[in-house]
Amino acid sequence: MKSCLIVDDSKVIRMVAKKILQEMSFETEEAEDGQGALQLCQDHLPTAVLLDWNMPVMNGIEFLRALRAMPGGDQPVVVFCTTENDIEHIQEAIEAGANEYIMKPFDSEILQAKFAQVGLIEG
Amino acid sequence: MKPDDFDYVSRLLKERSGLVLTKDKAYLLESRLMPLARKRGLKGLDELMVALKKRDIVLEKAVVEAMTTNESFFFRDNKPFDQFKSIVLPNLLKARATKKSFRIWSAACSSGQEPYSLAMLLKEEGAKLSGWRYDIVGTDISDEVLKKARAGAYSQFEVQRGMPMTLLVKYFKKKDENWAIDSAIQSMVQYKEWNLLGDLKPLGQFDVVFCRNVLIYFDQPTKSKVLQAISQIMADDGVLYLGGAETVLGISDHFKPVPGQRGIYAVTKGIGKPSLGAPQG
Repeated sequence: MKSCLIVDDSKVIRMVAKKILQEMSFETEEAEDGQGALQLCQDHLPTAVLLDWNMPVMNGIEFLRALRAMPGGDQPVVVFCTTENDIEHIQEAIEAGANEYIMKPFDSEILQAKFAQVGLIEG
Repeated sequence: MKPDDFDYVSRLLKERSGLVLTKDKAYLLESRLMPLARKRGLKGLDELMVALKKRDIVLEKAVVEAMTTNESFFFRDNKPFDQFKSIVLPNLLKARATKKSFRIWSAACSSGQEPYSLAMLLKEEGAKLSGWRYDIVGTDISDEVLKKARAGAYSQFEVQRGMPMTLLVKYFKKKDENWAIDSAIQSMVQYKEWNLLGDLKPLGQFDVVFCRNVLIYFDQPTKSKVLQAISQIMADDGVLYLGGAETVLGISDHFKPVPGQRGIYAVTKGIGKPSLGAPQG
């Protein structure tokens, strides 16, 4: 089964994302900041990561750079999901190795379209 | 809405646009026509119907447009675009090598996402197309949606549906709350107000036609008629793209499915000539 790690400091967002991802047949795990997410990834790598940008302790972009530097860390498909919605942030995400980028607010349609685009689900 | 009002509107729609409004879609009348009524300072659908029955031509056109406008998104369904890039385009480059030109038509293009997706795709193939001339023509029955298409500004919601972030960053600029498409992409598409039920010949001949998720709104005879008219303005080896829920089977002899390529149809008049949609050995 495909797995998705949801990284967001908002419990509500994690809940919404979890519901949508489970409907898409993903097994989900959650972390409330980059550090928690990194610890989970050191234990086992998920198929995908849905990643917020602004979080306490370790933010999304720092997590992504650390993940990509890990052995096997190039494997997970990382989709940012953030309120940051300017070109500069998207560019920075691409350079750090993100696979796709969702600008909040999002809904199941956007999430599915993006996951289909990066080949995580059938389009 | 009263039953004869429903019949009145559905007859008008059928006549003007080919759209078949079945009773189970009656709810659409409310959601699509209420904003129009308000815009005109009318209290509700009843008042709108009174005005409409006076044969107000401008209002009739607005009603048809409101009912036929459909949502669209960039790189809708992905696969047709992948297939276009990996099969049709290489075939086109071979088959038109002397002429060095081709024409693509996005029929019922709504607010422009499909023709712009094709324009971006061709732009990305830049090197292969240097020295080539190509047209991308987008048509729709509604000048309201074409206004939006020409303006090339999309909401955050619209640019997220189907558009890869790399293309967003490359071909769009953020302008206030909207995302504006690059003028280089904008100028690659010509928009024309056109009714699919009208004479298509003045549009010229096309090598590739995208007419996706349009036929589903027509009844059988209208589907056949439109398919025939489209085939008449296509190159012998041309290909037609239909939507996932559409087919030519049992509706038209003017096209046949390209084996192994879902959603793509070859012109039958060109039989014997390899179709642009057929994968090459």
